[in-house]
Amino acid sequence: MRYLPLTDADRSAMLETIGVSHVDELFRDVPEEARLDGPIRDLPLHASELSVERQLSALARKNVPAGDVPFFLGCGAYKHHVPASVDHLIQRGEFLTAYTPYQPEIAQGTLQVLFEFQSQVARLYGCEVANASMYDGSTAMWEAIGMAGRITRKNLAIIHEGVHPHYVAVARTMAKFTGTSIADRAPTLDADMKVDALLAEIAANEPSCVVVQYPDILGRVTDLQPIADAAHAKGALLIAVVTEPVALGMLKAPGEMGADIVVGEGQSIGVGLNFGGPFVGLFACREKHIRQMPGRLAGETIDADGKRGFVLTLSTREQHIRREKATSNICTNSGLCALAFSIHMTLLGEKGLRQLAELNHARAAALAGRLAAVPGVRLVNDLFFNEFTLELPVEARPAVHRMVEKGVLGGVSLGRLYPDEPQLGRGLVVAVTETATDEDFDALEAALTEACK
Amino acid sequence: MTINQSGWKPTTPVAGATDTGTVTGNRALMLEEALIFEIGDTETTGVDIVPAGDEAKPAAGLSSLLRSAPIGLPGLTEPETVRHYTRLSRQNYAIDLGLFPLGSCTMKHNPRLNEKMARLPGFADIHPLAPRETVQGALELINTLAFWLIDLTGMHGVAMSPKAGAHGELCGLLCIRAALEARGDAREVVLVPESAHGTNPATAAFCGYRVENIPATPAGRVDLEALKARLGPDVAAVMITNPNTCGLFEPDMKAISDAVHAAGGFVYCDGANFNAIVGKVRPGDLGVDAMHINLHKTFSTPHGGGGPGSGPVVLSEALSPFGPLPYTAKTADGVVHLIEEEQADEFATEHFGGPLQSFGRMTAFHGQMGMFTRALAYILSHGADGLKQVAEDAVLNANYVLRSLEDVLDAPFGHSGPCMHEALFSDKGFGEGISTLDLAKGLIDEGYHPMTMYFPLVVHGAMLVEPTETESKAALDQFIMALRHVAERARAGDQSLKSAPVHAPRRRLDETLAARKPVVAWKQPAPDGADRPTPSEVGDR
Repeated sequence: MRYLPLTDADRSAMLETIGVSHVDELFRDVPEEARLDGPIRDLPLHASELSVERQLSALARKNVPAGDVPFFLGCGAYKHHVPASVDHLIQRGEFLTAYTPYQPEIAQGTLQVLFEFQSQVARLYGCEVANASMYDGSTAMWEAIGMAGRITRKNLAIIHEGVHPHYVAVARTMAKFTGTSIADRAPTLDADMKVDALLAEIAANEPSCVVVQYPDILGRVTDLQPIADAAHAKGALLIAVVTEPVALGMLKAPGEMGADIVVGEGQSIGVGLNFGGPFVGLFACREKHIRQMPGRLAGETIDADGKRGFVLTLSTREQHIRREKATSNICTNSGLCALAFSIHMTLLGEKGLRQLAELNHARAAALAGRLAAVPGVRLVNDLFFNEFTLELPVEARPAVHRMVEKGVLGGVSLGRLYPDEPQLGRGLVVAVTETATDEDFDALEAALTEACK
Repeated sequence: MTINQSGWKPTTPVAGATDTGTVTGNRALMLEEALIFEIGDTETTGVDIVPAGDEAKPAAGLSSLLRSAPIGLPGLTEPETVRHYTRLSRQNYAIDLGLFPLGSCTMKHNPRLNEKMARLPGFADIHPLAPRETVQGALELINTLAFWLIDLTGMHGVAMSPKAGAHGELCGLLCIRAALEARGDAREVVLVPESAHGTNPATAAFCGYRVENIPATPAGRVDLEALKARLGPDVAAVMITNPNTCGLFEPDMKAISDAVHAAGGFVYCDGANFNAIVGKVRPGDLGVDAMHINLHKTFSTPHGGGGPGSGPVVLSEALSPFGPLPYTAKTADGVVHLIEEEQADEFATEHFGGPLQSFGRMTAFHGQMGMFTRALAYILSHGADGLKQVAEDAVLNANYVLRSLEDVLDAPFGHSGPCMHEALFSDKGFGEGISTLDLAKGLIDEGYHPMTMYFPLVVHGAMLVEPTETESKAALDQFIMALRHVAERARAGDQSLKSAPVHAPRRRLDETLAARKPVVAWKQPAPDGADRPTPSEVGDR
């Protein structure tokens, strides 16, 4: 019981102070029939640190870590190198074990970090303001659709075919019960993003918002400005979704191309894969919409001595205060992951982020060229950042498993993301980051060649 | 590019400040720290990246999409980065520094073993879409944790994916809504007792329900008769927090559940305070249909200055088929299964006798794997004996605080019997003009993070103290001494409390100014500082 400091002597003395003879008397409001007497079924007694470490390490060894193999998976979660100082700094107890900064005088560390994080995200996205993070990219996208509905007082969200299908699924879940209509369709294995079809759809409807992913689920990129113009002509907002923020070290920010709200996943910078969570949702918008933005916000102010300081602000929109009048579901945020993002971004700086982006793109371009030469394989998109789609001569799902047998995690099959869309079954999405070596390229090329036979 | 071209430094001492007047603004070990935008520039980097080389120019088609102007992101070298964040960290209070008596927020010791386990590459470095044969250990971990969550709560299924407590509440209500719709029953109202968490009515409204409050009795419990009187064919669910936010157990819980079920509705329990009863009471035995478990509270994962959290939702047999994917359920043979989209129908047909009626997805991937690892490490470390002891010590510590302070602080429900995991006090008896806020800020000067203030709403000037089970008697005695001292100053009407804190890194901050003119992103300041804010009503609220 190494985490419980009370001794039996302490317990007796405290019971005496309270005026009861046994601790069970403190549970007397629990009806007799509801009490759980006796041990918890099957749960062993408390275990030593060594014992727990052994049990969990045994489970961990049954998994194949991305760092152990040639690894090319993306589609919303990316393997990047995280500098050692990031994890070291977030493990400082004053960051790791602090609460939400509701007492600003003794939480300036967290609050200044959040202010810096917001400033970094706003600049990266090309927006004026950003919040202190969301649960993840998918919930951020849903909240953005809700925000657009509040601003435009309309309830149709047109979602472009290139948006991550799991993000769309989250939007559909939430929409069912809030009166929002979601219009979306699955992509096809085309080189371009079919912007003309989207423009026509916008013109033919009265949407609250148009949602476009950049780069999209197949890795494609396109100019968002014409889509923004079309959305604005109908009084709708353009929501841009970015699942790979490193791309913005090289590519124009969505905010510069007319996006009104930019949301996405920050996992690539500082956070790590974590089997899908914890991640960190990013959320930015125009300053005029700040009071409709969900989530926490750190704001600058001064203290009684006139010194600059930071506080949580505009929280009257928030769930814990507003009861039934709250405008979003977010209650907590991803503070620690936002810290990791911010530290990694500070280490990179503009120069490092640009170099990292260029390196990612160059590596991806080099590999795409090689894989396009594998017999039977077609490179679907020629405009991409660090992720591209291949059409294989065989079904991609079994091909992925055959590559696993060769010790290569070769990509995400579109069949896994779109089980109900057989026409996508031969699609394989390959992500390439700075972590992939030339030897990894060789291994993937060989495994893919074999799997395509 | 230099970002802070003006060279304006926020740490320059302000003339007339009551502070020590050092030229740096620092006070020995307490160091001021400028923003990264003021100390960094766009040409500095703390990482060494191999340049891509000229031969690797982007495809011609990308040229119109390439950035043409600087982003304005400051960089620092590694030593500068380490100092910046280390200095900032020292301006934070944290559970590693001392007792964190936040009621309903449950700040307990965070075992470092859990951190180590969550960082094993086999858990931290695996991709959510990795082929399943390469992540069998992770799926087994989720299944094992799911088994214990189901077992400890006496429920039937669990939705693992919700990302936080409020997200879990939403999940529970969506399950209820889906179950009602499946039987063609469109109910519109959710009843929420006054003593519930503020997130409960917010969640219900967010789901499209009309929220109606149920009053509390003078003893701080749900008014059973008022609740029964309101039940009817339009009531979809009742959302109850148990133990409730007055720190009390709801002894009528089973009667409430029976009445709600008889009226065709469902019972949602806010499980934020489950740490007080884990191993002692199973909510399933009390008739609960859905309950979220804040893993970060009950099973101690670090709060990290605002998250991430994790809010799995345990479900009764009636609600189980409706949970979000991925989803975990126990079959008759006692085995717990993890279900994703593809296996869903096959599994459900075999085990539920019909297709799974999942309402969909709540998040892109599987939920907070990092928190699952920490929670399982915590459960295994405590074991069957330790978990019971956790609940008993948490309740013992809270009652010790309650009884040790009720002569200097009003305890509105002190006569209602023992409290559970948290002790409730009020501002009754404070001197003229002294508020709960003043007492809280006075506690900061004594080296403590304040308790939860002005919550629950049913008590005027409420203060909710939750010591948790990881505090020693000596730590509690010192906290009690400090709180007694500040309480006596409050009762005596000591007006100096109104300017507390005086020893914190900052004195009272002007929140009105921050909300009136929100500045939430860094902007290049005017060289003469003319655009710096001026106080509105600092220190007099």
